[in-house]
Amino acid sequence: MTSSDQALAHAASSADAAPGSSPGAARGAHGRGTPPEPDSWRRRLYRWDMKASPYAFISPFFLIFGAFSLVPLLYTAWYSLHDVQLSSLDHQTWAGLDNYKNLFASEFFWNALKNTFTIGVISTVPQLLAAIGLAHLLNYRLRGSTVWRVVMLTPYATSVAAATLVFTLLYSWDGGMVNWLLHFVGVHPINWRESDWGSQFAVSSIVIWRWTGYNALIYLAAMQAIPVDLYESAALDGANRWQQFRHVTIPQLRPTILFTVVVSTIGATQLFGEPLLFGGISGSKGGSEHQFQTLGLYMYDQGWIIGNLGKASAIAWSMFLILLIIAAINMLLTRRLRKSQ
Amino acid sequence: MRTSTRRSSRWMALAAVAALTTGLLAGCSKDSDDSSSDNSGSNANGKTTLTIGDFGVFGYKQAGLYDEYMKLHPNISIKENVTTSTSVYWPKVLTRLQAGSGTDDIQAIEVGNITEAVQTQGDKFVDMSKYVDKSQWLDWKNAQATTKDGKLIGLGTDTGPMAICYRKDLFKKAGLPTDRDKLAAMWKGDWSKYVDVGKDYMKKAPKGTKFVDSAASVYNAALGGESERYYDKDGNVIWDKSTGVKDAWNNAMTVATSNMSAKLKQFDKPWDQGFANASFATVACPAWMIGYIEQKSGDSGKGNWDVAAAPTASDWGGSFIGVPTAGKHQKEAIALAKWLTAPEQQAKVFAKQASFPSTPSVYSTLQPAADTTSYFSGAPLTTIFGDSAKSIPVQNYGIKDQPIGTAITDVGILQVEQKGKTPAQGWSAATAEIKDVLGQ
Repeated sequence: MTSSDQALAHAASSADAAPGSSPGAARGAHGRGTPPEPDSWRRRLYRWDMKASPYAFISPFFLIFGAFSLVPLLYTAWYSLHDVQLSSLDHQTWAGLDNYKNLFASEFFWNALKNTFTIGVISTVPQLLAAIGLAHLLNYRLRGSTVWRVVMLTPYATSVAAATLVFTLLYSWDGGMVNWLLHFVGVHPINWRESDWGSQFAVSSIVIWRWTGYNALIYLAAMQAIPVDLYESAALDGANRWQQFRHVTIPQLRPTILFTVVVSTIGATQLFGEPLLFGGISGSKGGSEHQFQTLGLYMYDQGWIIGNLGKASAIAWSMFLILLIIAAINMLLTRRLRKSQ
Repeated sequence: MRTSTRRSSRWMALAAVAALTTGLLAGCSKDSDDSSSDNSGSNANGKTTLTIGDFGVFGYKQAGLYDEYMKLHPNISIKENVTTSTSVYWPKVLTRLQAGSGTDDIQAIEVGNITEAVQTQGDKFVDMSKYVDKSQWLDWKNAQATTKDGKLIGLGTDTGPMAICYRKDLFKKAGLPTDRDKLAAMWKGDWSKYVDVGKDYMKKAPKGTKFVDSAASVYNAALGGESERYYDKDGNVIWDKSTGVKDAWNNAMTVATSNMSAKLKQFDKPWDQGFANASFATVACPAWMIGYIEQKSGDSGKGNWDVAAAPTASDWGGSFIGVPTAGKHQKEAIALAKWLTAPEQQAKVFAKQASFPSTPSVYSTLQPAADTTSYFSGAPLTTIFGDSAKSIPVQNYGIKDQPIGTAITDVGILQVEQKGKTPAQGWSAATAEIKDVLGQ
C-alpha cells in the first residue's frame, strides 16, 4: 500500500513539475536531489487540490443527477414492487412482481404500447422525411435565408400547450377548420378525437408541426459541412440534382440521420403533452376507447388521476426498459452501418 | 504572491461551486410556487401572511372577501394560490399533506375528494368541530367531511344543488310550454320524464338544435339525486349493483342512443361554443354553473335562458376548506376559514357568482346579482336552488369516487354517444375501466 502511495505521490509531483512554470520551494528542494521531505500542509493541500478539483468541478452535475434522477429512479423501482396509493404513501405493502403481472395482463397497457408505437411511426417518419426535403431546399442559395431558417424554428419555440390548443380547435368536430375544408371535397365531418386513426393522425400532426423545422435545421447544418467538390465531381459525372441528393447528400448525412432518429424515437416514446391536451377534459384517458392513450398518459392516469402509484411506477420502469431495448437496437444498427461504410 | 493568488482563486472557484450546489439543492427542496414555507413567517412589521390553496374560481377574491378581512385584521395578509384544475391540484395537496410540509395554511377540498381526505388524511387536518357551531351547515354537508371518530376536517363552502336551465326561445319554437312551473311539473320526480320531454322536443326541434348538451350531463344530474352511488356505507364498492347508478345509466343511454343530444363533452371548448351558438335547449345546471352559462352564452342568451326545478333534488359539486395541521399559523388560519365560510360571507359569494351557500340560515335572504336574475328571465334562483339543497339525500362517497365516475361518463357513455357502440358494449367498457381503476 505505502509503496503504491509513494509511487502515486511521485507521479503526482512529477506531473506537477511538468508545466515547470512556477518553481515553488518544495520543487526546488526536489531539484537539489535531496530525499522528499515530509509533506508540508501546503504541499499536501496542493496535491489534494490537483486530484480533487476536477471531481469537484463536475460534481454539481452528478449530485443533481443523483438527487433528481438516480434516487427517484431507484425509488420508483422500489415503489413498483409495492402496493402504494397516492393517498397513503406511508402504507406500502410488498407486492413482489404483482404490479408487473397486473400490467402485462392488462389490455390497457398493450393498447398504450401499441398507440405509442403507431403514433411514433406516423409522426417520426414523415417528420424526418420532410425535414430532409426542407433542409435540401434551404441549402440552395436563397434570398433571405436567415428569415427562412428562423421561420422554420418558430414552431419549435412555441409551447406545447399553445400549439395543441390551437390544433384542438382546428380539429374540432363541430365547426373546426379541418372539417370545414374537408366538406369542400365532400367529406362528412370527422370526429377527430373519437375516431381511432383520426385521433392518432391529429396528435401526430401536432408533433410533426413542432419538430420538423428543428430537424431540418440539424440536417441543414450537416449538409453545409459536406464538401462542395463532392457535388462538383458528381456533376462532372453527369449526376442530376436528384442523383446528387441520393448518392452524395444522403450518405454524407448518415450519422446525422441516425442521431435524429434516436432523438425522435426517445421523444416518441415519451409522448405526453400533445395527447393529454388534445384529449381535453379527462385527457389522460386518451379518448373514450383509449385510442390515443400513450404509455406516458397511461402512467399519468394510473399515478396521479387514479392514485395507484405502485402500478404507475411499474409502467415507468417498463418504459425505461423499452427505451433501453430501443437504444440497444440503435447501437446494433449503428455498428452495422459503420461496418458497411 | 503568485501561488497564493492562484490558490485563492481556486478556493474561490470551489466555494462558488459549493455555494451553487447547495443553492440549487436548497432551491429545489422548497417549492417555488408555494410560498407558505418561506414567507408565511411573521415579518418585521409583525404581519402574518396566510396562504389559501384552492382550484377553479372560489370567488373569495372576486367578492372582495380577502380585502375585507385584511381591513378587519390589519396584521394579516392573505395570499391565494390557485390551481385551475382539481385533477392537478389534489395530487399535489395529497403529497404535501403526507410530507408534512409545503401545504398552504388553508387548503380547499372538492367534494369528489372529500371521502379520500376523510379516510386517509383525517389526522392531517385540524378538527374544526371544536371551533364552529356545526348546526350552521346542512347536515349532509357536515356528514361528508366528518371522520369515523367524529372529526370535522373541513368547513363547507358552496354546494351544487341542481336545476334545469333551458332556453325559452327554443322551447317556444318546438311547441313546448315555456313556463318554469309547468315544465317543472312535467318532469317532477323522475329523470326519465325529463328525457320524455326531450323526445317531444325533438319532434319539432328548431333546426340545428338538440334537447340536451350531453348524455353524461344527464347521468351526473340523475346520479346526484340518488342515495346509492358507487359505495355503500361501509366503503365497499357497489357501483355495478347500485340502483342509483343503474337508473342514471339507463336515462343516459336513452339520451345517447336517441338524437336528442348535442354530443358534447362538458367543459370542453366546443361545449362553450354550444352555449354561444344555442345548439342545445337544456342543461342540468348546478348553482355554480349559472355564472358559467351567463359568461359563455353571452348577450345572445340574455333573457332567453330560464331556470326550472330539476326532477329530483340533486347535488353536483361543492367544496370544503380545511386547515392542515402542518401549517405554522393554525390559530389565524382557523379564524380565517371560519370567517370565510360564515353564512354572511357565503351570501356575498352567492351575490357575486351564484355559488350556493351550504349554510341554510341565509337562504331566505339570498340576493343574486340583478344582472344574473334578468339574464335568467327573472327566475327565483334562490328558491329553486334552496329547495333543492334542503332535500338532497345523504350520499356515500368513496375513495375512488372520481375515477369511477370518469370511467362511466368519459369511457362508457362517451363510447355509446360518440362512437356508436351499444349500451351493453359501453357498460362492459366502463366495467373494464373501473376494474383497472380499482386494481382488480
